[in-house]
Amino acid sequence: MKVPKSLQVDEIKESPSPPNDSEVRINPVVRRNRVDQVYRSIAAVSGSFVFLVMALIGGFLLFRGIDALRLSGWGFITESQWAPDMGGAFGIASLLPYTFSIAFVALFIAVPVSIATALFITEYAPRRIRRFLTATIDLLAAVPSLIYGLWGLFYLQPRIITLSKWLADNLGFVPFFKVNDDFGTSLGVFPSSTFVAGVIVSLMVIPICTSVMREVFGQAPPGEREGAMALGGTRWGVVRDVVLPFGQGGIIGGSMLGLGRALGETIAVTLIISPSFDAKWSIVEQGSNSIAALIALKFSESTETGISALMAAGLALFIITLLVNTAASSVVNRSRSGSATEI
Amino acid sequence: MSFALRRNKSANDMTISDTPDTESKIRIRTIETVDVTVMIGSAISAFALSQLLYETILPLSGALGFLLTCYVFFISISWLAVREIRGTVRAKDHLARLVVWTGASLAIIPLVLVVLYVIGKGYHSLRPQFFSQDQRYVGALSDSTEGGGAHAIIGTLQQVGIASLIAVPLGITTAIYMNEVKGRLAKPLRTVVDAMSAVPSIVAGLFIYAAWILALGNRQTGLAGSLALSVLFLPTVTRTAEVVLRLVPGGLREASLALGGTEWRTTSRVVLPTSRSGLVTAVILGVARVIGETAPLILTVGGAFIMNWNPLSGKQDSLPFFVYRLIRFPQEAQIARAWTGALVLLILVLVLFVAARAIGGRGPENISRLKKRRLKRKGLA
Repeated sequence: MKVPKSLQVDEIKESPSPPNDSEVRINPVVRRNRVDQVYRSIAAVSGSFVFLVMALIGGFLLFRGIDALRLSGWGFITESQWAPDMGGAFGIASLLPYTFSIAFVALFIAVPVSIATALFITEYAPRRIRRFLTATIDLLAAVPSLIYGLWGLFYLQPRIITLSKWLADNLGFVPFFKVNDDFGTSLGVFPSSTFVAGVIVSLMVIPICTSVMREVFGQAPPGEREGAMALGGTRWGVVRDVVLPFGQGGIIGGSMLGLGRALGETIAVTLIISPSFDAKWSIVEQGSNSIAALIALKFSESTETGISALMAAGLALFIITLLVNTAASSVVNRSRSGSATEI
Repeated sequence: MSFALRRNKSANDMTISDTPDTESKIRIRTIETVDVTVMIGSAISAFALSQLLYETILPLSGALGFLLTCYVFFISISWLAVREIRGTVRAKDHLARLVVWTGASLAIIPLVLVVLYVIGKGYHSLRPQFFSQDQRYVGALSDSTEGGGAHAIIGTLQQVGIASLIAVPLGITTAIYMNEVKGRLAKPLRTVVDAMSAVPSIVAGLFIYAAWILALGNRQTGLAGSLALSVLFLPTVTRTAEVVLRLVPGGLREASLALGGTEWRTTSRVVLPTSRSGLVTAVILGVARVIGETAPLILTVGGAFIMNWNPLSGKQDSLPFFVYRLIRFPQEAQIARAWTGALVLLILVLVLFVAARAIGGRGPENISRLKKRRLKRKGLA
C-alpha cells in the first residue's frame, strides 16, 4: 500500500526533532539593511501619529473645557439648563438622555433592518444580486448625512408625523408616546421630535451595522450549515440554528458600533430637531436635543465661556463614543477570526 | 428551495410535469410555481381586504397607514396559505423569507427615495453658471438661477485635496505598520484606529478649533477645515487599506523574501503593487465619505459667499456648508439654491463611488479575476 504524500512529509518533518529548540531555531528575520531600518521607523512614526492625535483630541478638549468644568463643578452632570454665556448654569443632564434616546430610536429601527439585510445578502440573495447589494449598502454609507438630513426635513418628516400621531393617539398610555397637549393631538406637535431625528439617524446607522453583521454571518461554519440542510432543515432553520447563534457577537458588536455612530451624528439631527432643555419621556413630541447638535447650533453665538462649555460637552461626547466603540470593537474582534489569506 | 425528500414527496403528491430524477442536481434556490401563485394571490387579497377595511374600521390614516395595513394582511394571508399547502415548517420558512426581503428593501428604498428627491428638488435651478460663478451679486431675493456655487465647489475640492494629501500617506503607512512591519504597537494601534474612526465629526471640528485656531492663533481658513477633515479621513483610509493589505497572499511576501528581497523591497515592489487597485478604492471611498462632512467645517472654514482661491488665508466656503447655510433661509430662492448645491454634492459622491468601484473591481474583499484564473489553473478553486 502506498503511503499518502502528506504522511510522508509529516514523518520527515518529525524525525530530526531538535533536542533544545531555543538553540536550533532559525530566526526567520530577513536581512535588514539601513533602508529597511528607515522604512520600519517611518512606518512606526506614522503609526504612533494616530496615538498622538487621539491624545491631542482628548487633551485639547480638556484644556479648553476645564474652565467651564471648574465653573460648573458637578453641576455639569446634574444641571439641565444651558446658559453659560449669560453667566447662568449649564450642564448635560438633559442633553445626555436626549442624545441616547435619539440613538436608541435609531437602533430600534436599524438593528432589525440590518439583521434582515445582512441575512438577505449572505443567505437569501442570488449570487449576482449579492455583490450589487453590498455595493448599495456601501453607497448608503457614502451619502452625506447632510443630504439625509435635508431629505428627512423636507420629505420624510411631513409623512412620518402621521405615524407619530397614530402612536400618540393609540398607544398614548405608554410614556414614550404620550403627548401633553391640551387641545388634543394636532399634527403640529409632532415635527422636530426625538422620533423623527431617530428615524433619520437610523439610515446612517444601517450601513455600519449591516456591513459588520454581513461579515460575521458569512463566517458561519459551512459544515454546520450544510449539516442542518442535510438533516432536512429549511433555510430559516439554518439561519435560526446556525447563522444567528454564530453571528451573535457580530449582531451585538455591530449594534454597538452603530450606537457610537448614532451618538455622534450631528448635521442631520441639527436640521431636524428644535432644541429643548427639559428632558421628557415622550419621543414623539416636538423638541429634542443632542450634544453634537447643541455644539453645532450654539457654536457661532457663544462667547468665551460658552465655547469652553461646548468644549467640555464635546469632551463628554468624545469619551462616551470612545467607550462605546472600544467595547464594540472588542466584541466584534472576538467573534471574527483574524486570519490572513494564504496561497 | 427544496430538498431531496421534499422534492420527491411533492412530485408524488402534485404530479409535477418534469420527471423526478433522483440523479439530477437539486437546485436550492429555485422558485416553484406554487410559491409564485401564493404570493400573487395573497398580494391581491391583501390589497382588496385593506381597500375594504381601511379607514372604516382601522384607526389609521394616510398612504403610509394603507401600505402598512396592506403589508400586514399580505404577510398573514400568505402565511396561512403556505401553511395550508406545505405545513407549519415551510410556512415559518416562508414567513422568515418575507421578513428578510422586507428588511432588505427597507434598507434600499430610502436610498432610492433620497436620490430621486434630491434630483427632483435640485435640477430646476441647476445652470452651467453654478459651476462658474459665486454668490457675489446675489441677494436673498434674486432668482434662484442667478449666481452659483463655484466658490463652494472650489473650496470643497481644495479642502478635501489637502486633507487627502495629509491623510492618505499617513493612513497607508500606518496600515503598512500594522500589517507588514507588524511592530510591537500593531495591536493597540488597531484598537486606537477603530476608536478614532468613531470620533464624532463635530468633535474633530472642535479639536481643530481648540488646537489650531485658539491655541496656535490661526484664523478660520480652508486649511483648518482640511485639518479637521483629515482627522476623519485618516482612520477610514487606514482601516480599508489594512483590509486590502491583508488580502495580499502571504506566499508572495515569502517568495520575495526568499529571493533575497529586503523588507522595504518586498513592500514597495510586491505588496503595494499587488494591492494597488484596492488601495485606490480605499482612498476614493474615503474621499466620498469626507466630501459631504458638514459639522467640522461649520467650526473651521468660516464660510463665504465669494470666491477664495487661497486655502491658506481668509474664510472659505465648502459645498456642504453652503447647503447647510442656505437651507435655513426663509426665502424660496435660497432654499432652491441649497437644493442645487445638495444635488451637485450628491453627484460628486456618486461619481467618486462609481469610480472607486470601477477601479477596485469588486471591492477589496473579493479575489480579482486574474487571481481566480491563476487559482483555477492550480486546481485550487
